[in-house]
Amino acid sequence: MSKQQSMRNPLARVRYLGSAKSGTKHFWHQRVSSVALVPLTIAFVLIVVGLMGRNHAAAAQILGSPFVAIVMILFVVTSTYHMWLGMQVIIEDYIHSESKLTWLMLNTFFCATIALCCVYAILKLSFGV
Amino acid sequence: MAELKPSAASRRPLSPHLQIYKPMLTMMMSIAHRITGAALFLGTLLLAWWLLAAASGPTAYGKFQAVMESWIGLLVLFGYTWALIHHMLGGVRHLIWDTGRGFGPAEREWLTLATLIGSIGLTLILWIVGFLVTGGA
Repeated sequence: MSKQQSMRNPLARVRYLGSAKSGTKHFWHQRVSSVALVPLTIAFVLIVVGLMGRNHAAAAQILGSPFVAIVMILFVVTSTYHMWLGMQVIIEDYIHSESKLTWLMLNTFFCATIALCCVYAILKLSFGV
Repeated sequence: MAELKPSAASRRPLSPHLQIYKPMLTMMMSIAHRITGAALFLGTLLLAWWLLAAASGPTAYGKFQAVMESWIGLLVLFGYTWALIHHMLGGVRHLIWDTGRGFGPAEREWLTLATLIGSIGLTLILWIVGFLVTGGA
């Protein structure tokens, strides 16, 4: 440790610094998305229960109605972001070889593809193209 | 790097790991939180299939329904329901812990047990209601 003290206050050093150069962003985004997911998950479960046993025409109509579609898109986008962050931690915890980078990339591709598939399907049901 | 003699290597102290600790509820639920999270990650494949099938038409939707109404499909959906609710309640518990509350010896046990009982109870209630609503179909 050098005797010379930094003129920066500790918070300024923490912000956007650290080895990953992103500070507490990952931690914080996981918390924000988890808070959002509590009501969204409850809404999602209720939508699924409401659609159980219905035929295609009824399910497609309900899923495409504005309120349900918006809640579903919010749920899908928030959960794919949340699981992208979560799986990143799992990969970083257990994979220490060079393949870590590949797994992190696959995680990103998987989450982005799932998000796009779901949003595309919901929008298609909404606009009926 | 110089090779260590086997005797020297074996005398090295190891930091304690999972197998050395007595299994505790908070620890098991921490593991369950990660496992349910990973399961839900893969479970989004079903979500995407469901939504794409609905967007594709009656034939695709019928195929999805047929698979989900088979006993293996129902088993997967039951597990999915529990994993989703358990991860959500576990997440709420972690959010409470994030505020610095609930760390006392009695509190943390109580909170952890509550998420487990809550997730199992809610899953059973949801499925019973679901079966009553659809008439078991």
